[in-house]
Amino acid sequence: MALDNAFAEAVFWMLAIVSVGSAVLVVQLRSMFRAALMLVVSFFGVAGLFAMANAEFLAVAQALIYGGGIAVLVIFAVMMTRDVDQGNRSTHVQPVALLMGAALLAALLYSIVQAEWAVLPDALPAPFASVFVDTPARLGRLLLSDFVLAFEVAGVLLLAAVVGALSLVREER
Amino acid sequence: MLERMLIISAVLFCVGLYGALSRRHIIAVLMSVEIMFNAVNLALVAFSRYTVPAAFRFAGAPDGAERFLLTGQTLALFVIVVAAAEIALGLALVIALARRRDTVDISDLNLLRR
Repeated sequence: MALDNAFAEAVFWMLAIVSVGSAVLVVQLRSMFRAALMLVVSFFGVAGLFAMANAEFLAVAQALIYGGGIAVLVIFAVMMTRDVDQGNRSTHVQPVALLMGAALLAALLYSIVQAEWAVLPDALPAPFASVFVDTPARLGRLLLSDFVLAFEVAGVLLLAAVVGALSLVREER
Repeated sequence: MLERMLIISAVLFCVGLYGALSRRHIIAVLMSVEIMFNAVNLALVAFSRYTVPAAFRFAGAPDGAERFLLTGQTLALFVIVVAAAEIALGLALVIALARRRDTVDISDLNLLRR
């Protein structure tokens, strides 16, 4: 990490608290509109965490696509449906959901702490040292060589999504 | 660093899971799913940055091996694309549903049960 260490630590924990805290608010707030705004905050927190992990391009993509596009879509949809203010009630399976969430969290935390990760050091060794310098260019080259099939399929998927969304919300005559 | 990132990712995922299972408003469920997508992306990015591909640990890195470090980020990029398609279609469905059945409460959507 290029930043000064104590400063980087502080920034990291701030981003962590912001993204997790606002995610909790998303599922807890009663007003759907406020929940949508908190979702945007959570997206930007995660974008910051991406930037901390040397994924600058993904951080920008996250801020643009999630913080921009998806946020606008969600807020539009919230405002076009009824029950904006008391819509965020719980179902009757809420205790079960809480239990399942807590159980999964415990299992995940246990396995994360117990596993022996083959961790790369913060200062990268020789063949890897240059990888995270110009990630956008390298990602572009990867997308158009190794992953070109997935890249093309993603284009078809987006086209299908646009056509499908349009035909779903079209007014019938 | 890896473990912290993974822990944050796990917490985000479980918050999203809880929200997706317990909320009644369809858009709240969709937002929870988006939180889960974010958690998965965070784990992918963390693995991409902080772990060594298993093959390299024993054999050493071959030529051009550095590009394997970016595979996780590429996958995260595709997850973002799929999430965008999903939310666009999901919200279109919600709007169509709100128009036709006049409800956005998943407890009212039990047509198959009758």
